[in-house]
Amino acid sequence: MNAPVNLEKLLPTVDHRHLDHLEEEAIFILREVAAAFERPGLLFSSGKDSCVVLRLAEKAFKTRDKSDPTGNTFKGKLPFPLVHVDTGHNFPEVIEFRDRRVAEMGERVIVAHMEESIKKGTVRLAHPLESRNGHQTVTLLEAIEDNRFDVLIGGARRDEEKARAKERIFSHRDSFGQWQPKEQRPELWNLFNTRIRPGEHFRAFPISNWTELDVWLYIARENIPLPSLYFAHQRQVVRKKGLLVPVTEVTPPEAGDVVETETVRFRTVGDMTCTCPVESPAVSAQDIVAETLTVTVSERGATRMDDRTSEASMERRKKEGYF
Amino acid sequence: MSAVLNNDNTRVHEQDVDTQHRALRFLTAGSVDDGKSTLIGRLLYDSRAILADQLDTLEKRAAGAPIDLSLLTDGLEAEREQGITIDVAYRYFATKTRKFIIADAPGHEQYTRNMVTAAAGSDAAVVLVDITKLDLDAAEVPLLPQTRRHSLLAHLLRVPSIVFAINKIDALADPGAGFAKVSAALRAFAAQAGIAVTAIVPVSALRGDNVTQPLDAAWYDGPSLLQVLEGLPALQEKVEGQLLIPVQYVAREGEGTGHQPRTLWGRIAHGQVKAGDEVQILPSGQTAVVAEVRRAGETVAHSVAGESAGVVLDRQLDVSRGDWIVTPGSATPVQSFEATLAWLDTEPAKEGRKYWVRHGNRWVQARIAAIEHRLDIHTLAETEAQELAVNEIGHVRIEVQAALPVEPYAANRVGGALIVVDPTSNRTSGALLVR
Repeated sequence: MNAPVNLEKLLPTVDHRHLDHLEEEAIFILREVAAAFERPGLLFSSGKDSCVVLRLAEKAFKTRDKSDPTGNTFKGKLPFPLVHVDTGHNFPEVIEFRDRRVAEMGERVIVAHMEESIKKGTVRLAHPLESRNGHQTVTLLEAIEDNRFDVLIGGARRDEEKARAKERIFSHRDSFGQWQPKEQRPELWNLFNTRIRPGEHFRAFPISNWTELDVWLYIARENIPLPSLYFAHQRQVVRKKGLLVPVTEVTPPEAGDVVETETVRFRTVGDMTCTCPVESPAVSAQDIVAETLTVTVSERGATRMDDRTSEASMERRKKEGYF
Repeated sequence: MSAVLNNDNTRVHEQDVDTQHRALRFLTAGSVDDGKSTLIGRLLYDSRAILADQLDTLEKRAAGAPIDLSLLTDGLEAEREQGITIDVAYRYFATKTRKFIIADAPGHEQYTRNMVTAAAGSDAAVVLVDITKLDLDAAEVPLLPQTRRHSLLAHLLRVPSIVFAINKIDALADPGAGFAKVSAALRAFAAQAGIAVTAIVPVSALRGDNVTQPLDAAWYDGPSLLQVLEGLPALQEKVEGQLLIPVQYVAREGEGTGHQPRTLWGRIAHGQVKAGDEVQILPSGQTAVVAEVRRAGETVAHSVAGESAGVVLDRQLDVSRGDWIVTPGSATPVQSFEATLAWLDTEPAKEGRKYWVRHGNRWVQARIAAIEHRLDIHTLAETEAQELAVNEIGHVRIEVQAALPVEPYAANRVGGALIVVDPTSNRTSGALLVR
């Protein structure tokens, strides 16, 4: 593990001082969650955004261990557990990372398994290899009910997608877990209205105002550990509709597919059935910062099969309670 | 950039009060069809914030015609169906020197509440004026009601910089003369209303003239809209003077780190704090000395306005969320105050009714003791009223069940802003600006 990165040296043209302000805002929001709610949880998918939120939470509630030169160790415990919705179709690198980081940090993690929802019959798959991404909502809402969470912290960013751009920092969800875009509470100054009735909950998004580039600048500056998937590696892929579809046990090649081995990395980590890597030689966070500065395709456009079905697919999923 | 002087005249935290490095948050206002969405689309497009796949979607929809940049911003199905903006959306773009967050607020009168939402957190307002809708032959060009309303609202909410963008100049035969006439009308109106105008800029959002690229015209040698925006200051917190920290979260002894004493966390509204300072806790009135100041997982020498400070006191006092840490004797909590009320709820504001209000991190019950006037948002003239309907603004007297250290909103946003919440529906029903 390397020491924290000096961005001035590596990227003299990138001004990263605005990160201080973004960090300040995020820490304020995280403390608001801890102070205003009874039973918070932090959604942790091991993706880059949730790894950033986790680091911000460490800064909000713990003390940096100065004896660790990597800057990755904090003393103490978070005032809420981590929550992971495991679709059963996660990349193995992601599960390995989750378990290792949680053990290193000494945090509590609650894993909600979609397999349980399938067993119970609350999730019905149309066919065994169907994308499980959309079905996550059911398992997530079950986890909220079972654990009586009144707020869940998420790593969503408004620059990701048009429906996300509309969402408040404290997003109210009704007793069915639904987001109602026309009924959003005005969000004035930093005076968040977090009052709820039993059965309702909130989603809180401390990095709403961050962009993909901000996230990578922060990862580089703070030396935040990430799953190996994010960095260049060799992987078997099939080219389909402009995407590189990874060859996995749940996305096997079909008749006529040409399997190639490419140097790739993932820009986003999701369900194996719908997440695609991009060609890239970037092996470090600073390489990725440099790449993100010149990228021409959005994060979701490059990597997600499920968002392409309709312009409103994210909004519709969110109305049903998707994170 | 202002340096902050410590007692021993050493510079502290210079970078933290250097607001030029913050993203500039600005809202766009203007009537429907004035070209607001096109302008935002243009800013995003010309600054390369739009990526190939997003453009691809637009090109498919345009089917050979020039792409419609306004489609970049309407994110909800209902908005695309109706071709209007219903709710505030936030957009991001950056230039070589500055980052920007646009609060894209709807223009329709029935969504004034969303404009209030967008304005509350903004450093600047860009008010779009559609020059093709104005009678340029009149001796004094009459402005549209929406232009007056939006600038008055931005002014009322104390948005620090107000910029007028005169749009669709490409549609005029003599754009120079038109621009001069409308500029004069805007300046006359602003002077009469007491609005400080930061800049008046001609643009064509459709063609991209003078948005990000300077205008090549003999009649205009001023900056492009983007040049104006790049130079505007982000909200400046008051670092000098009295300390005011609304206590946000009290970390119990041992919580988090296992060995730290009890830490009082809160974002500093104004002033600064360092170890050795004497402070007072409100409402109890007890005093103590600051033993340690913390920030983001570390002990620091100082913390200043705008930052979240963790304050450790030299003695154990009863302090909880909602209390205030202040310079001793500097703040006087009151149980009644005058305020401007912007009403956001379809259920009208009623004299005598009780609500919840939030001031800093404290929730208290409050009553609208009197609605003194309703403000005409086209003119700010005062008229008599017993209630305020949705999207109306008035002057009110508020009584609170527990005294609050309120300050005039004009002097400080944190001390002067409150939200009003309906106890039955939990909806955020109003915004209070202390007068």
